[in-house]
Amino acid sequence: MPAREVPFRGGGFAPRRIRHVGWLSFLVLVGLWELASRAGLVSPFTLPAPSRVLAALLEMAGSGELARHLVASLARLALGWALGAMLGVAVGLAIGISSLARSIGLPLVSALFPVPKIALLPLLILWLGIGEASKVATIALGTFFPTVIATASGVDQIPKSLVRMAQSFDLAPRAIVLRVILPGALPGMLAGARISASIALVLLTAAEMIGAEHGIGALVLQAGHLMRSDRLLAGVVLLSVLGLAIGAAIGALERRLLAWR
Amino acid sequence: MRLRAEGLAHAYDGIEALGPLDLAVESGERVAVIGPSGCGKSTLLAILGGLVRPSRGRVLLEGEPPRGSLVPLAYVFQDFALLPWRTVEANVALPLEDRLGAAERRERVRAALARTRLADFARAYPRQLSGGMRQRVGIARALVVEPGVLLLDEPLSALDAQTRELLLEEMLGLTAGATLVWVTHHLDEAVRVADRVVLLSARPGRVRAILPVPIPEAERGRPSALAELARLRHELWGLLREDARRAEATLGAGPADAGA
Ligand SMILES: Nc1ncnc2c1ncn2[C@@H]1O[C@H](COP(=O)(O)OP(=O)(O)O)[C@@H](O)[C@H]1O
Ligand SMILES: [Mg+2]
Repeated sequence: MPAREVPFRGGGFAPRRIRHVGWLSFLVLVGLWELASRAGLVSPFTLPAPSRVLAALLEMAGSGELARHLVASLARLALGWALGAMLGVAVGLAIGISSLARSIGLPLVSALFPVPKIALLPLLILWLGIGEASKVATIALGTFFPTVIATASGVDQIPKSLVRMAQSFDLAPRAIVLRVILPGALPGMLAGARISASIALVLLTAAEMIGAEHGIGALVLQAGHLMRSDRLLAGVVLLSVLGLAIGAAIGALERRLLAWR
Repeated sequence: MRLRAEGLAHAYDGIEALGPLDLAVESGERVAVIGPSGCGKSTLLAILGGLVRPSRGRVLLEGEPPRGSLVPLAYVFQDFALLPWRTVEANVALPLEDRLGAAERRERVRAALARTRLADFARAYPRQLSGGMRQRVGIARALVVEPGVLLLDEPLSALDAQTRELLLEEMLGLTAGATLVWVTHHLDEAVRVADRVVLLSARPGRVRAILPVPIPEAERGRPSALAELARLRHELWGLLREDARRAEATLGAGPADAGA
């Protein structure tokens, strides 16, 4: 057989991010939307141009309306999320450590996790009234379950040998939880925080659409009633930015706390 | 300190994994435990260290711990068992926390890192280190508590051959005078490190033979000792060979987590 070069066969199937393409395509999309709107291809009523949405946003910022809505939403979100996450971490740790807690907790949590928590809002309103408490409770409930599951599976992922190591040096149970279990479950807990944050945002918006005067959800709903689609979309943009900001904050936290990875 | 195991036997979920066997390790003695894969070496070590409760029998620890000892029995693990989120110095400091003041802790960690030649890596994380370096951290962590007995579960088995050789020599120096039980499946390692080699049978591991190594440890690295060590190794292999062959052809006898 005559000599021939071995052909290269190993290419492809290894996607990489090409620089700048991401935000450039985003800009192009927004630009096309603006053009289509100005050219009259879509009615400004159905889909107002990005510039009009921005103008609505700036107007609300100027009048102080924006701050009022934002503060109301952030307060509910922070309170509900903190409450749900704290309880969730505690219960998740218990399930990760104790046989009794696992036997009781895991079936319960697995059964209740898929229940759409927004369906419980009317019940929570019956219990807690139409005010802040029922909204915060809905968000807390929605973040509680994914946090439990993320924490418990974070604990499960810690190699048993690390716990045995700690025991071999006679570390007290409290010290093992503090120095091995908690830091070992942190990656799982932070991954869970991303999930519970997006759930919290959905529940926040929904809860604010039911009987709230202020809040981004209320803003969106009222704008809809008044057929002010520019203000409506401004609210949606606000929610997106909020979601992105929370994601970025968790990312920064991960880079700081999980630098060892 | 002196370690004595009486009538030890262990079964996992009704499956015999070890014994029954008796074993005594004298103060200052170095015992190597060797046996075919899955015969219960890790289980034995975990029972000796109180990490696994034996199905039968008991383990007695006798004598006074060394001065400054914080933990009577300290482990060195095959997979190092380092906390990946802690730096080298924080890993070594772990067993000292809640026990010593900050100043004494720092001093003991510094000394342990110096002994194990880790001083320059004090601030590094485990993932940045080579396997040999990681096991040095494991050794420093065990030595820092000044244990009465050192239990080592295949401490060099996760390392490549050359690193193993280097670290072996170093560990012999570091553990001079210590009472230790060194589990290994390497014949050469066993005859290099031990005063006595305890040979276990296939699962459930029982004591098949105990071979003293008649050459002083300091002379074992010399060419003049080669013939005698080779003879010992040959004798051990003769005793081990059939069990090893059987273990290798058995289902479910592979390396498992013995809870340690
Ligand atoms: N946690 C466990 N549960 C059930 N079986 C185990 C467990 N740990 C070890 N075994 C079994 O017990 C036997 C002895 O294991 P081990 O002590 O790890 O042996 P060695 O260290 O000599 O290879 C093996 O057959 C192993 O599969
Ligand atoms: Mg083993």
